[in-house]
Amino acid sequence: MAPNDSAQATDEARHLGAGRRKAARYLVPVAVAGVAAATIGLVPALAAAGDPSLPKISAQQLIEKMAASDTQQLSGTMKISTDLGLPGLGSLGSFAPRSGGSGKSAAPDAKLTELASGTHTLRVAADGPDRQKVSILEDAAEYSLIHNGKDVWAYDSGSNQAYHSQRSAADAAKEHGGKTPDAGVPTTPKALADQFLKNVDPTTAVSVDGTAQVAGRDAYQLLIKPKQSGSTIGSVRVAVDAKTGVPLKFTLASSEGGKAVVDAGFTKVDFSKPSADTFAFSPPKGAKVTEDDGKQKQKQTFKPEQSLPGGLGGLGDAKNTKVIGKGWTSIATFDTGGKGLPKADSGKGGGDAQKFLDSLGDKVSGKFGSGTVFKTRLVNALITDNGKVYVGAVTKDALVAAANAGQ
Amino acid sequence: MSRAEVVEAPRRDPEPGPARRPGVLWSLGLFRSELVTVLRRWRTLALLVVLAAVPILIGIAVKVDTGGRGGGGGGGEGGPAFLTQITNNGLFLVFAALAATLPVFLPMAVGVVAGDAVAGEAGSGTLRYLLVAPAGRTRLLLAKYVSVLAFCAIATLVVAVSALAVGALLFPLGEVTTISGTQISFADGLLRAVAIAGVVAVSLSGMAALGLFISTLTNSGIAAMATTIGLLITVQILGQIPQLHAIGPYLFPHYWLSFADVLRQPVYWDQLVKNFELQALYVAVFGSAAWARFTTKDITA
Repeated sequence: MAPNDSAQATDEARHLGAGRRKAARYLVPVAVAGVAAATIGLVPALAAAGDPSLPKISAQQLIEKMAASDTQQLSGTMKISTDLGLPGLGSLGSFAPRSGGSGKSAAPDAKLTELASGTHTLRVAADGPDRQKVSILEDAAEYSLIHNGKDVWAYDSGSNQAYHSQRSAADAAKEHGGKTPDAGVPTTPKALADQFLKNVDPTTAVSVDGTAQVAGRDAYQLLIKPKQSGSTIGSVRVAVDAKTGVPLKFTLASSEGGKAVVDAGFTKVDFSKPSADTFAFSPPKGAKVTEDDGKQKQKQTFKPEQSLPGGLGGLGDAKNTKVIGKGWTSIATFDTGGKGLPKADSGKGGGDAQKFLDSLGDKVSGKFGSGTVFKTRLVNALITDNGKVYVGAVTKDALVAAANAGQ
Repeated sequence: MSRAEVVEAPRRDPEPGPARRPGVLWSLGLFRSELVTVLRRWRTLALLVVLAAVPILIGIAVKVDTGGRGGGGGGGEGGPAFLTQITNNGLFLVFAALAATLPVFLPMAVGVVAGDAVAGEAGSGTLRYLLVAPAGRTRLLLAKYVSVLAFCAIATLVVAVSALAVGALLFPLGEVTTISGTQISFADGLLRAVAIAGVVAVSLSGMAALGLFISTLTNSGIAAMATTIGLLITVQILGQIPQLHAIGPYLFPHYWLSFADVLRQPVYWDQLVKNFELQALYVAVFGSAAWARFTTKDITA
């Protein structure tokens, strides 16, 4: 009781002073919280400010630089955010059980499609055309795809499953061609840049749009914009490392504005040789290993380019598929021969499915009749009631116009 | 000692003067007596026993389950992380047990101890006797907080050691496959297990500071414990609501599971560093709030 007794015994004036001092003490936690809030608010703003000043170069020179890049070794961390505007499956996902054991197999196809939505952190490492590793970091788990010489391994630590396939070196090199610089191209970088610019010129504006700091490195920003209107793609921005010519960041913006549709870039990058054991893999004891006998269909590698109109050319393989237009506004069309969307005439379940489909799409009509448009932020599809399908990275109006013209 | 008391005693005051030179030995003695008091309580021992039982339960469950199915790693649906690897390497039981206890059991135990630290003494009427000793309130609070931190470390170690013992007993040990798929030696794996236990203990420090602050607000130990644990559960629920993801990174449990990043090759530091920063922020804010409250509070019980 001694402390309080002595406090009570003191006179009024001292009491008041003590009261003020007491109040002052509460300022300490408030000040700490304030400083922390200010730091959280200001540091990213300060860090983002000030683009590096680099000598001005033309788009031609920048593309030459990219083509001439002979960087074979790098390791780093990437962040990929994708917002395709698919109906809110993402919010459902967070209530679903964690991905720990959800993967039925460790085959890469299924896993890589996960990258198509949400934000993911990836680690990449590359050492020449024969050795690459990509890991998707998950909560307390990791999915790794390792290519080392003839072996391609995939390992999902969450379910402790592995996938193995052996390919010829040529095959593997082709597959990973998107990541490795164009070592085998026989032309000079200058010729390559010339060629590229000439090819895209009628439909595309290519320019250097300032500089940026990516993963702590100075980079030029290559801006690629469609000249045509009607595309859902607003612009494509590639940040290219000023020293090495390696692309560091890729941003695909929607023509409607808002958050970038695809935003993939390094948050950390290191151009020194990754340690050899990065690429060593042997399946842990007890892991279930799925062997790929090579008869399985070619796996799909996630490449941002596939979402570009050029990727639509791939659809042309299918019979009775036509591509209307060219460049950014090309639209693939094919006839399902059916009657459009299934109609609600077969019982109650069908009715529910119909309602569900309707809720996803918008009804449109025009000279072609009527149909339903399914929208994402990048690719839109129009399915007419007489069974024709129009798909493209174009706006709804452009799809309707194409359908009208096709009539 | 007695001389120091003679000198200090007349200057006793509700707020100990900052001019007092901290006697290191004195503080150590105070801390030791606090820690012994905490560890001697039956409820503390009961908490530690419960914590030690968790890995035993997990180990036996995994053993019985895979024994019936005749081995094979696959099939662990959901559940805590690392569960699938336990059958192949007992060391993974340490990681699985920590992943299982970190969301609820460990912070609950810390909440009980931290919430009780000041309010419990006030409730049982022993706080004023503690303050009679010429230690000063700041130093007493510091000793209390350090003893709670020590309890965080002890609780984590109890889980880890129990898990390691059970893992070694029931399952084979050997080379460790990191979650990046690379192999490291068992010694290296053991080192990482120690590092993970350290990270988990540090993860609890923010919660400990919060509990201590709540403990200074009331004279009822039960109320402080219940509030601390209630707050923990509330914060965990808030962190699960996708619409509130904007505030997620500022909630203290947000980066707790980042301890698994120690098992990546190379170690992925981003989340770990964020976790440490966040815990430091909570310690600074709620530690100073507890100090402001405790040093100005009228101790009537």
